[in-house]
Amino acid sequence: MNTTSAMSTPLVMLVDDEVGFVETMTKRLKKRDLEVITAFSGKEALETLAEHHNVDVVILDVKMPGMDGIETLKKMKVAHPLIEVIMLTAHATVESAIEGMRFGAFDYLMKPCAMEELMGKVHEATRKKRNHDEKIQEAHIKEILAKRGF
Amino acid sequence: MTKDNHLTDHYLHSLNRNIILIIIIVSIIPLLLVSITIYGQFRASYHEKVYDHLRELVQSHSQNIDNYLQEKLSDIRFLTDSCGWENLADEPFLQERLAVLQKDFGQDFVDIGVVTALGEQIAYAGPFKLGKADYSNAEWFRKSIQSEYFISDVFLGLRGLPHFIIAVRNNLGNGHWILRATIDFVAFTTLVENIRLGQTGFAFILNKEGKLQTTPMARPTMGSIDSKTLYEEFYAKSHVFPGKIRITTKSYNSQDKNIYIAAPIKNGDWLFVYQQRMADAFADLRKTFMMTTALMFVGVIGIIIMAFTLSKMIIGRVAKADSEKQMMSKKVVETGKLASVGELAAGIAHEINNPVAIMVEEAGWMGDLLEEEEFEKSENTDEFERAIAQIKTQGKRCKEITHKLLSFARKTDTTVEDVNINELLEELVALASQRAKYGMVEIETDFQQNLPSLRASISELQQVVFNLINNAIDAMGHDGGTLTISSHQRGNDLTIVVSDTGEGIPEANLDRIFDPFFTTKPVGKGTGLGLSICYGIIEKMGGKLEVSSTVGTGTTFSISLPFQTDSDRQPEVIENPELMKK
Repeated sequence: MNTTSAMSTPLVMLVDDEVGFVETMTKRLKKRDLEVITAFSGKEALETLAEHHNVDVVILDVKMPGMDGIETLKKMKVAHPLIEVIMLTAHATVESAIEGMRFGAFDYLMKPCAMEELMGKVHEATRKKRNHDEKIQEAHIKEILAKRGF
Repeated sequence: MTKDNHLTDHYLHSLNRNIILIIIIVSIIPLLLVSITIYGQFRASYHEKVYDHLRELVQSHSQNIDNYLQEKLSDIRFLTDSCGWENLADEPFLQERLAVLQKDFGQDFVDIGVVTALGEQIAYAGPFKLGKADYSNAEWFRKSIQSEYFISDVFLGLRGLPHFIIAVRNNLGNGHWILRATIDFVAFTTLVENIRLGQTGFAFILNKEGKLQTTPMARPTMGSIDSKTLYEEFYAKSHVFPGKIRITTKSYNSQDKNIYIAAPIKNGDWLFVYQQRMADAFADLRKTFMMTTALMFVGVIGIIIMAFTLSKMIIGRVAKADSEKQMMSKKVVETGKLASVGELAAGIAHEINNPVAIMVEEAGWMGDLLEEEEFEKSENTDEFERAIAQIKTQGKRCKEITHKLLSFARKTDTTVEDVNINELLEELVALASQRAKYGMVEIETDFQQNLPSLRASISELQQVVFNLINNAIDAMGHDGGTLTISSHQRGNDLTIVVSDTGEGIPEANLDRIFDPFFTTKPVGKGTGLGLSICYGIIEKMGGKLEVSSTVGTGTTFSISLPFQTDSDRQPEVIENPELMKK
């Protein structure tokens, strides 16, 4: 298994309707050598994700106006099954966050969260995602090689 | 009902009165109606029976008297027919015949005499010296000479004693002669006097002038009306019955009436009258009436007692139900209050967490920036770091507060299992022992051995008891004291008691102690939610959390839980996500 240091920089998408939170969190994550793109709603997140196929981890707020986190998660998982999603929630929505895990979320965290904890989960999720990517890539290669008679 | 939705004494009194009245009216009116109807029917039948009986009595006796008179008349007629003028005019013969008559019929015949058409008595047999008496002016003679036979009214006559005469007119050539016989008044009166019924019933005979023909046991009483008027009354007003029996009632004083039943005798010359006081004639009816009234009175008293007793019972139950309802209302209000506070708390928790998250993130960002080289040399770096750490600490505190608020709002739902209470308490005592040591608190335990296990959520019970233990240690402040934890079985309940020897809780605060956000701890030390949550958990388990306290002595919290409880509770969503993850 790859270590954190061996990985290329993870690309994280941060989705939350709280602009202040997104801005600060983005700066902090970037300072920790993560690539960060942002979205302020579920709809925007899905659109952005369509343009950035290489996103490793999505940090997704559960409670948002319009399309909420759970709905966004469901659609996201349909379009990008391999992407890992960490749900971010205030206490009141813990149950929703747990429900999110049933729909394939990697984990969830409660606001306000400790940066170290978040970083740990982001790296863990990235590793998982990239492992999956590698395995799929290997499978493809094997398939191509098999077709070519190797 | 009052505006306060509970029953006042006035209302209960009024209800009590109405119930009593309704029971009494509903019970007594039918009783009275039935009693009066039955008594009325009975009275009518009884009256009819008594009158029928008296009519028969009067009819038979009047016939007896008529028969008696007819018999005497027949005797005299037989005497005249069989002996003739010649023999009867002979006094020795006449005396001999009188002796025979007296021998055959007793002393009914007092004397006999032969009277000429001129009224001169030519022969006499009897105890009086009436030989050659002149009856030409006597009324009986005048009437006798005009008819074949005659029976006189009672009169005194020449002898000066009451008597009456039976006279038979006979032919002698172209003229007449009369054989007269005097009937013993005493013997005749006895016939009538013997008719006695009840205490006041007796009979007498009146002639057409209303004069008494017999000696009654008492004077016939008609108030101010004399016996002549009575005679006339019968012919004028009394009801006429078959057999010529006449009946009437007359008041003889303001309280009672007499019954008079009369029958004509001696071809209507005399009136046979039976008199009895109504009260006497209807004595049995009166007795029945008294008995019925007494029974009805007893029944009414019984109904009244029953009405009061029943009403008291109903009012007691209503008051009890009302009291329970009030308690329920209080609980509903309490529950509603807790629920609304819970909803509010959930909203606040969510709304606060987002800005707090931003603040903490901003502080984190500041911390990140401070790690840059340019700040390392700044003289205030340490102070900045301290301030940032403080922001983070307070952010964490906010998180804890909101966490408690949410626990309160959603209660912790956990799996129900068999709990060994003593083991659970011992674990908690061990957990609290370190804190107790610093607080100079000595923990004493008194666990009843071999307690049955309890079906409950371990974590909920831990939360409740641990909260009580912590509160108790806090209550004893820095001076320390003794914390006593005990477990007992009382009937079907398990009781856990946590007592401290702290300052105690003033009575004014006792009522509010389970209210959300009520705390006596200094600001920042307590949220005021701990006991509310405990209360909610124990209530949910079907138990009771009670508090008693004496200022200066200490406080005791008592948890009572039924042993068979919530056996069908299903594991539900676990509130604490950390547990879920494991």
